[in-house]
Amino acid sequence: MGSIFGIILRRIVLGILTLFVVSLLIFASVNMLPGDFAQTILGQGATPEAVESIREDLGLNKHPVQRYLDWLGGIIQGDFGVSFAQANFAEYGGTSVELGGIASVADQLAPRFKNTMFLAGVSAAISVPLSVMLGILAALYSNSIFDRAINISTLSSISSPEFFLAYILILFLAVLNPIFPSLSNVYEGMTFWEKLDRTMLPALTLTLIVTAHMMRMTRAAIINLMVSPYIEMARLKGTAPLMIIVRHALPNSLAPIINVIALNLAYLITGVVVVEVVFVYPGIGQLFVDSVKVRDIPIVQACCLIFAASYILLNLLADIMTILSNPRLRHPK
Amino acid sequence: MILVYLIISIAGIFALGWLFRWTGQKINWPKDEWNIYFRDMSYLVGVGFIFAVALILFTLYVYFILQIKFFVWGVQLLVICGLSGYIFRFLGRRIGTEGSRKLFRSMPVTAAFGILTVILYALLAIFADFIAPYEQDEIFEVINALPGGNPDLGGDPRFLLGTDQLGRDLLSRLIYGAQNTVGIAFATTVFSFLIGITGGFLAATLGGWVDQVLSRAVDALMAIPQLIFALLLMTIATAWAGSNKVMIMVYMVLIIAVLDSTRVYRLSRAVGLNIVVMDFIEAAKVRGETLRYLLFREILPNATAPLLAEFGLRFCFVFLTISALSFLGIGIQPPLADWGTMVRDLAQFINFAAFSPLTATLPLLAAGAIALLTVAVNFIVDWVLHKSSGLKS
Repeated sequence: MGSIFGIILRRIVLGILTLFVVSLLIFASVNMLPGDFAQTILGQGATPEAVESIREDLGLNKHPVQRYLDWLGGIIQGDFGVSFAQANFAEYGGTSVELGGIASVADQLAPRFKNTMFLAGVSAAISVPLSVMLGILAALYSNSIFDRAINISTLSSISSPEFFLAYILILFLAVLNPIFPSLSNVYEGMTFWEKLDRTMLPALTLTLIVTAHMMRMTRAAIINLMVSPYIEMARLKGTAPLMIIVRHALPNSLAPIINVIALNLAYLITGVVVVEVVFVYPGIGQLFVDSVKVRDIPIVQACCLIFAASYILLNLLADIMTILSNPRLRHPK
Repeated sequence: MILVYLIISIAGIFALGWLFRWTGQKINWPKDEWNIYFRDMSYLVGVGFIFAVALILFTLYVYFILQIKFFVWGVQLLVICGLSGYIFRFLGRRIGTEGSRKLFRSMPVTAAFGILTVILYALLAIFADFIAPYEQDEIFEVINALPGGNPDLGGDPRFLLGTDQLGRDLLSRLIYGAQNTVGIAFATTVFSFLIGITGGFLAATLGGWVDQVLSRAVDALMAIPQLIFALLLMTIATAWAGSNKVMIMVYMVLIIAVLDSTRVYRLSRAVGLNIVVMDFIEAAKVRGETLRYLLFREILPNATAPLLAEFGLRFCFVFLTISALSFLGIGIQPPLADWGTMVRDLAQFINFAAFSPLTATLPLLAAGAIALLTVAVNFIVDWVLHKSSGLKS
């Protein structure tokens, strides 16, 4: 057993290292910004005194290495700093950033992060069982009309842009037949069912994209195994085709399936940007795009880090699950 | 309510499927194969038959009885696409050289449709200046003319698809969109391949620390989701470019090319590693060939097949990324016509679907133009990959 923990521990350390490199990369690219943050915050008509005071508040007059360490230290303690919009507001309002009383980036992000996770969760709850089921069926009846129809439709939905699928869904499920609302304004204090109703269209859009990919991988993983001798043995002893797949093929193709599911969950969290913008869903992606447009660096930085972290975390999870599901990896020689 | 209907109809389909199989087994068919077929039919196949029949009936019902405009158009579009692919393949099998006819004989309809679409897009992009009735930034006095060209319904016969909020002809902008969007995406992909292939082959041939440095740098870049990183870098790029819109697009091309070249690097390095160990590379090295000759005259010709398939996939990806950026408002800049930006600008019209179906198709037309090309390219790539891997199994 010791060896598994060793392997997993090594993966986790590697993941943390990657995260560290990513944070460095994000910080470095943000520091390529021309001019000064303080100038950016206050705009054109800023007095030198105001610029100097905000530089003081944000610690901009320190050395970049010192600033990076401060930023990293803050993040570890859950402090992402203060957004430029809020800092600007505070500066003109007369309160110092240090005094508090204004919303920090973490305060702004927390509810939106919850919303994004809710959206990703709903889409995953629909898409994972659906795609595994469809994948098994497509593998079972491979090269039939059913398989070909599924192949064409999934290929089309993978390659279409998200907003195309989103507008098609809006057209049919919101405008022509008002089943779901086309704008998902989710807010605090809604009941679970209300929230689910509002989230349904963006979740369905994501489901369409993600299901196609997962289903194709599931089908490929199972079909790869269908030529192995032990499957032939099962067929010869008269096992029903569905049972062959469920009992014999599925356990062995679990590793690639888990892998692709984790990758797609990572996509769900990071790829929601466009979908959230289409449906005006108050998630992290929406905030990210808005902040990119007004160049609100602290928020952009924080969002980027959160996206990257969830991406790395899910990849790590996929790695560990793959190791656990495969005895040959579990006991390396 | 909807959910209840859905559950009832699914349960009904399953019950009917069982009934279908049961009656099929009870009846003594005149042909023996049919008896055997029904005897061996699994339950799910029976359900599948009933499901297919239900689907066809539903389509016919909506098409002929309800006559929902969008559904009718969608079905017609699908039929036209399928037919054009079929006819194109039919012609390809008759006309052309021996080689091309042989190629068409093994081609599925989807791939034929894909090739036809790509050719049409290429023609549209190259000859946009001749095809489009007006210039892309030509402004007319008619603002927000509705599509259809009927003056009684708020249209203008001069503008088949109407005009936008500034009075620019939408049909011309859609046609020029092919030139701008596809052209920029194509240039970006070529650029990304130049970087990726050079880096990948260098790493494969030289090995050692060059390989280590390049590979670790690529790993780090790939750890951040691509669209997110592109957005972050675009924030900085827009600050650098200021109000210079051309520079924003140049930066966008550079950023996406570099980010996308990481994938190309991975592939070309893997392919290159397999080629580098061959004897002819050894011979070329002994001959004293330069590194450039080695990379582009010895390795590249032997790696074209997998790289070409990858080129199709990467082009789709780059095209979608650029469209997504434009849709979010930080990609291709006005006054250049671009499909992603058009979708965003026209998106509100979708709410008019109930009164004016033609108007509501405008955003779908621009988004569909993007989707059609990526689907077409994917159909071709799928066929090429299937052809190169399917022969073995």
